[in-house]
Amino acid sequence: MTRNTQHDRLAISRPIEGAAGKTGTWRVFRPVVDKEKCNACGLCSTYCPDAAIDQDLNVDLVFCKGCGICANECPKKAIAMVREEK
Amino acid sequence: MIDPRSHGALGRSIHNHQQELNTIPEIPKEKYILKCTSACAGCSDSLALRYVLKAAGPDTVLVVPACCTSVIQGTYPNTAFNVPVYNIAFASAAACASGMSNAFRAAGKKTNVIAYAGDGGTLDIGIQAMSGAFERGTDFLYICYDNEAYGNTGMQRSGGTPLGARTTTTPAGKTEGKKDIDAIIAAHDPPYQATACAAYPQDIFKKVKKALTFRGPTFIHILAPCPPGWRYSTEKSVEMGKLAVKSGMWVLYEREYGKLTIGAQSKAAMKKPIALEEYLAPQGRFKGIDTKTVEILRQRIAKNYAKLQAEEATP
Repeated sequence: MTRNTQHDRLAISRPIEGAAGKTGTWRVFRPVVDKEKCNACGLCSTYCPDAAIDQDLNVDLVFCKGCGICANECPKKAIAMVREEK
Repeated sequence: MIDPRSHGALGRSIHNHQQELNTIPEIPKEKYILKCTSACAGCSDSLALRYVLKAAGPDTVLVVPACCTSVIQGTYPNTAFNVPVYNIAFASAAACASGMSNAFRAAGKKTNVIAYAGDGGTLDIGIQAMSGAFERGTDFLYICYDNEAYGNTGMQRSGGTPLGARTTTTPAGKTEGKKDIDAIIAAHDPPYQATACAAYPQDIFKKVKKALTFRGPTFIHILAPCPPGWRYSTEKSVEMGKLAVKSGMWVLYEREYGKLTIGAQSKAAMKKPIALEEYLAPQGRFKGIDTKTVEILRQRIAKNYAKLQAEEATP
């Protein structure tokens, strides 16, 4: 223990991935990218509220909440929202 | 490069910086929000905050009063935010940021202090602390992200709720209009203030970058469409923000040392507006709004446009 006792008593949260759990479990619809139609404009990545789509336009399904903004904003309509199966 | 925060070179360095800004719309890849916050699916607040932090960079402290942002950070002892965040009571965000900013400057640090508050914490509860901080000329950036109601407590009406919108405390539609916080801020005569919309993240990025070059209090008011509160489906968040600008319910502009510039998107909307119904119809909160109220909203939009255009035209 390097921290002093007063520091220990402060309520400090530390940054970590998955701080709110694996939010992908919330998802009802899953984005499926049609790479044929995609022209890699990157708008999906720009507009994703949770940065679940990276620079190479791969969707991180562990954290994607399935809001569907990417599919709605895609100018080529290359993203389809498919219902998750149990 | 000259330090933009030093007193003497202020004018010139800002000018240089703005020239740079026009040529670099490149958004950095660094992320200051780790995957993933507990924000609702389709939340435009987390979208806006992503770009605010990208623009501000790692040497930034966020001061967050009670609002959605204070509840989406994750569960203790973990947080999704990769910059220091100070969570503070509703009424005191600006007061806290004020002290923090003074302490940093006294220690010779240039750390950006950003108060990031919701519309309740700005327009209603936090207004006196904010007004005080602006009057004292605190060197900080105050960002109000406006989802037009108290979102995290279950959509009660706020001063930011527009006329005719249904909330849980105005089930028949609000009978009062939206408080014009930007006019209140303008009365404090800050060096820089702007409005933005979460549907235009590059615009937010540019405005935050610009605001942080000024010494003194700066203000950015961001419209943040809220799927559960405005009652539309989650995929329409960005679309809704764009419709708000196109219909004139939200106007993008910036005011620099009192000189107003209307944003390109809003100028286009002024020339060729879309029907107000296109914005109102997809939202459940405007369901059953009567034609008289729509007419009042339309008149207010026209009045607001005329006021801003007149102000922009005056040299």
